Amino acid sequence: MREVVDAWTFVIVAYGLGVGATLGMVAWSWTAMRRAEKRRDASRKR
Amino acid sequence: MHGLANPARFLRLARWLTPTCLVAGLVLATAALAWGLFVAPAEQLQGETVRIMYLHVPSAWLGMAGWMGIAGASFAELVWRHPLAGIAARACAVPGAVFTAVCLATGSIWGRPAWGTWWVWDGRLTSMLVLLFLYLGWIALSRASEDAGQGQSAAPAIFGLLGAINIPIIHYSVLWWKTQHQPPSITAGQSAIAGDFLWPLMIAMLGFTLIFGGVVLARMRAILADQQAEARLRRKALDAGNFEAPF
Repeated sequence: MREVVDAWTFVIVAYGLGVGATLGMVAWSWTAMRRAEKRRDASRKR
Repeated sequence: MHGLANPARFLRLARWLTPTCLVAGLVLATAALAWGLFVAPAEQLQGETVRIMYLHVPSAWLGMAGWMGIAGASFAELVWRHPLAGIAARACAVPGAVFTAVCLATGSIWGRPAWGTWWVWDGRLTSMLVLLFLYLGWIALSRASEDAGQGQSAAPAIFGLLGAINIPIIHYSVLWWKTQHQPPSITAGQSAIAGDFLWPLMIAMLGFTLIFGGVVLARMRAILADQQAEARLRRKALDAGNFEAPF
């Protein structure tokens, strides 16, 4: 018997995973950059 | 290129280029994915699952481009000793590894309805998995040499150049061996993909490439700022030590 698969389930899971990983990476890189630059600026003032 | 190796000049450029790349990339990628999901037609044989292509293909391209970035920066580090080359290589590694992992995951999800299996050990899939392991190995080696205080160690750069051998293997795997994966649909100046699918795919490629560029710039700025803060604190500690020393 042929297995019935809902194509949209695969599409949604793939998009959720890919978009989530991309946005997570962007947010992490941006906050890490801001934190590092704040730390550098603070070290200048000390 | 050589002019940009100056950290001060690089920072002046990166300050406006980082948010520009990220915002433009996010807008383009969102538009392309929405186009791919809601506007582009389903494919005759694969049906709706063809929409995974708009995420899978840019991820595959950026997984490979990331390693080419590491290899190019490694070459510049070994040959010209550019101060920013090692930092650029380190900045490319994590986004490259993330996109390689996304490519493998979305490919596996696409493979289940298209091929009836999550995974096959064919040339393309296996060489792409090897690329992920190369990224993880490179990140571990780079962190280990950094922890050991060997900021200028040549080992990650040599590894970066040697690992580039895998890139043509990935690209030509579908031509050299009989694989489950399809041969390339887009070659220099030619495309076997109809315009309805090609346009959102091209915009997604551009959008994700800009995101990748923005992330690499942000990571380079973070690494540079960390190094500058460390150097300043070390200098101050040394000055304080000299002042307090009895003689």
